[in-house]
Amino acid sequence: MIIAEAKPISEILEMVKDFSKILVVGCKGCVTVCNVGGAKEVAILASSIRIGMRKKGKEVEVGEITLERQCDPEYIEELRDIIKDYDAVVSIACGVGPQFIAERYPDIMVFPGVNTKFMGGAIEHGVWAERCAGCGQCVIHYYGTMCPIARCSKSLMNGPCGGSNHGKCEVSPEIDCIWDKIVRKMMAQGRLEELLKIRPPKSWLTARDGGPRKMVREELAK
Amino acid sequence: MQDFRPKIIAFYCSNCASSAAKIANKMNLYLPEEVKLINVPCTGRIEILHLLKAFENGADGVCVFGCQEDSCQYINGILKLKKRVEHVKKMLEEMGIEPDRIEVFSLYAGKGQDFVDIAKEMVNKINQLGPIF
Repeated sequence: MIIAEAKPISEILEMVKDFSKILVVGCKGCVTVCNVGGAKEVAILASSIRIGMRKKGKEVEVGEITLERQCDPEYIEELRDIIKDYDAVVSIACGVGPQFIAERYPDIMVFPGVNTKFMGGAIEHGVWAERCAGCGQCVIHYYGTMCPIARCSKSLMNGPCGGSNHGKCEVSPEIDCIWDKIVRKMMAQGRLEELLKIRPPKSWLTARDGGPRKMVREELAK
Repeated sequence: MQDFRPKIIAFYCSNCASSAAKIANKMNLYLPEEVKLINVPCTGRIEILHLLKAFENGADGVCVFGCQEDSCQYINGILKLKKRVEHVKKMLEEMGIEPDRIEVFSLYAGKGQDFVDIAKEMVNKINQLGPIF
């Protein structure tokens, strides 16, 4: 899923300080699962805006709604009859959500209420870790099903580097050296030889190096 | 400001804090009128939203009475709540509100006097801070 974290309430209060009718829009997708942008967090942010603005001496009307998803136009369309009653929107979906709302409703100010961090998963309750860099050409099966692009600090395809120290990365003792894990797993699976195989350089055209990406599936597209 | 009478919402759990409250009652010790009680099964049930809603709806201060950290019937309810209160303190600070307006206290079940004394201290503190808005 896409992992995000809440922006500081002080930053959001600064964003909306000139508005009197604010709609907080959540998303039932990834950000609900990572406890940052679902219905509960919509209620928390709406309450915080009311309290924070009242503290600044201004009463504001804050609406609350949580959409099925903010990354599909049909759900964004559900805002059409509601959004006209507000003069600003704070979306607490990932970075996709506020852009989709702003594209659909170009006359209203739309603010991001979260900082989108990475693609990853929960390794324990309240702790998330990055697993995918979205490079567009997955090769994790060459590396013990661990992604060296997302999980190596240098995104090395032929690690480990000299900074690997007792299974930890030189960048931080909090970071596992993924190449240490890759080598150990390949050894455990009796596949270490596979790491010696010469592979062509990875093409980054499918990653961000090819510019903003778009995917068309002809069998689905109109 | 002289006429200010703070509104304080006090959440208390059904276990240690509740026992302390009953003992206080038997000792004829009473909470200040400024403190309104809300009973919860366990302080771990109290969400960040519940704490914020108290402020949003006019509380000048919020306090939570729970168990000792090692005697929560639900294992770690009070520890969860303490983390949430710390989070709310940070949020209040970002809003320009004194974080001392919210506190959490671990009570012993038999300490009825503590229950009332802490509530009185909280009233005094909020009195000094003045109205929240």
